[in-house]
Amino acid sequence: MSKKELVKGNIALCEGAIAAGVKAYFGYPITPQNEVPSYMSRKMVELGRVFIQAESELAAANMVLGAAVSGARAMTSSSSPGISLKQEAISYMAGMQLPALIVNVQRGGPGLGNIAGAQSDYFQAVKGGGHGDYRVIVLAPNSAQEMYEMAYDAFDLAEKYRTPVMILSDGVVGQMMEPVEFNRPGKKEFEPKDWCLNGCKGREPLSVQSLLMQEGALEQHNIKLQAKYKTIEQNEVKIETYKTEDAKVIIVAYGISSRIAKSAVKLARKEGIKAGLLRPKTLWPFPSEAITALAKNGVKFLAVELSHGQMVEDVRLAVNGKCPVEFLGKAGGGIVTEQEIVQKLRS
Amino acid sequence: MQKIFSKPESLKDVPMSYCPGCGHGIIHRLIAECIDELGIREKTIAVAPVGCAVFAYDYFNFDTTEAPHGRPPAVATGIKRANPDKFVFTYQGDGDIAAIGMAETIHAANRGENITIIFVNNANYGMTGGQMAPTTLIGQKTDTTPFGRDPKREGYPIHLCELLATLEGTTYLERVSIYNPQNIIKAKKAIKKAFQCQLDGKGFSLVEVISNCPVDWGMTTLESIKWTEETFIKTFPLGVVKDRS
Ligand SMILES: Cc1ncc(C[n+]2csc(CCOP(=O)(O)OP(=O)(O)O)c2C)c(N)n1
Ligand code: SF4
Ligand SMILES: [Mg+2]
Repeated sequence: MSKKELVKGNIALCEGAIAAGVKAYFGYPITPQNEVPSYMSRKMVELGRVFIQAESELAAANMVLGAAVSGARAMTSSSSPGISLKQEAISYMAGMQLPALIVNVQRGGPGLGNIAGAQSDYFQAVKGGGHGDYRVIVLAPNSAQEMYEMAYDAFDLAEKYRTPVMILSDGVVGQMMEPVEFNRPGKKEFEPKDWCLNGCKGREPLSVQSLLMQEGALEQHNIKLQAKYKTIEQNEVKIETYKTEDAKVIIVAYGISSRIAKSAVKLARKEGIKAGLLRPKTLWPFPSEAITALAKNGVKFLAVELSHGQMVEDVRLAVNGKCPVEFLGKAGGGIVTEQEIVQKLRS
Repeated sequence: MQKIFSKPESLKDVPMSYCPGCGHGIIHRLIAECIDELGIREKTIAVAPVGCAVFAYDYFNFDTTEAPHGRPPAVATGIKRANPDKFVFTYQGDGDIAAIGMAETIHAANRGENITIIFVNNANYGMTGGQMAPTTLIGQKTDTTPFGRDPKREGYPIHLCELLATLEGTTYLERVSIYNPQNIIKAKKAIKKAFQCQLDGKGFSLVEVISNCPVDWGMTTLESIKWTEETFIKTFPLGVVKDRS
């Protein structure tokens, strides 16, 4: 595809991954991401690539691990309860330093919750999720176009740092139909990988593992991982700002909440309220420095999320008491409205 | 002088850390010999389990990786589907394959994945100190069945080969043992046949190797061999369970 088409966010995501040369997709049905395995089951097979409907999210994520260890571009997608099951493999992939894409089209929790869009898995995505001292790069698309672009870019990013990348989307962005410009070239050439398993022909055998039992080895490995995470924090933060220059109240919102927040900023400006928006496009690394720089006397922050307050904790850490940080959110299916945000901005 | 016994190229020249008398070392060697004889060392990718054989990647002289506990069949599926030209096998214990990983095992088998599993049945969890495994015999005392396995409380030993034989997707399933030289020779034949099955593109093959764990069984090596012959293989009869290769 190279033209503009009206598609759901979930389909745009598939096209982004396909254009990026994803060789293997492993999934399991769960709403609101079902369009992904459905679309991939046809497309991947037509393209002669790998599609498996796995027996569980545990298995799907471990199949990704297997494909990734052999150097193949591999991905899985799910929604919140399924992402909990994928954490085992995500932790292993972080430890084994394997690039891969995991997509969470978030729904309401805890437990089985419901199938409406939500943003309640921020902690799980950004603070770890599985066991051990690790991070995954977390991208937060807020449109079908960005579902396409971020899925496309995720693999390069994952391979650049040899680390899993998560796209933290939500049921609204996943289901929403929007015009998408399929403007990225289909990737055919990939950077060679000297670490992947492809049989030891002409070289010494390799082992890719997270088990490091020799004295001090795991300690060294963790130091290496942390140094990598530091580099990612320095290089990969991405944000969008809207009217923050003269803003007295700055909304911080990602994903679907940022779309609503932008409309609220426009409405508030009409009322003469100097509102602005800072939208993290990467949730980890988090744009702490950009927030710190805006945290001045006379400015106030408002975090808006479809949760009961998760990302707001990182906003507070970045603001570090320099100015007030307020919160507006709801979880479990409700969407924060523009009017509710404007009302909060007035206060 | 003619050299009649040497280390297979597929084994690294390092001492193994398994307990004295443990079956894992012999099974490693049989696998290595088969891979050498089939000339596939340079296209092999092996998946080590979580269990005593987690250290397999220190001993095998070909590409290896690991899987979370019980997930080797899923990891091997990912490797093989992305690389159909490579030779992919997993090495798993009874706890790994038939308890925590049962779903992955059954579904890889049912999909007829063109992979091979070497399943080491030692009737307990060796690595964690000898707890009950799905294959622990009725009456067998383990760290977590101090009164002996009671089917009323702990159910029955799982016969994995027989279970998998009911699935259309499986091609070759055999149970062997290594408690004496004749059986070691048979075990090697079975492993080679299972590997050949994959090389010929014929689908899912699994060899269950009845092995001994003298340390966690609380026996000497000789006692463990005797128990294998007189008791263990009575519950798990040896032989070809399914062959459609
Ligand atoms: C998720 C998880 N649960 C539990 C363990 C602990 N554990 C390590 S090995 C093992 C049992 C291995 O037994 P088996 O598969 O029979 O292999 P053996 O050591 O007997 O060869 C367990 C429970 C683990 N590493 N990961
Ligand atoms: S605990 Fe048992 S299976 Fe593990 S190395 Fe020792 S003898 Fe072998
Ligand atoms: Mg065992």
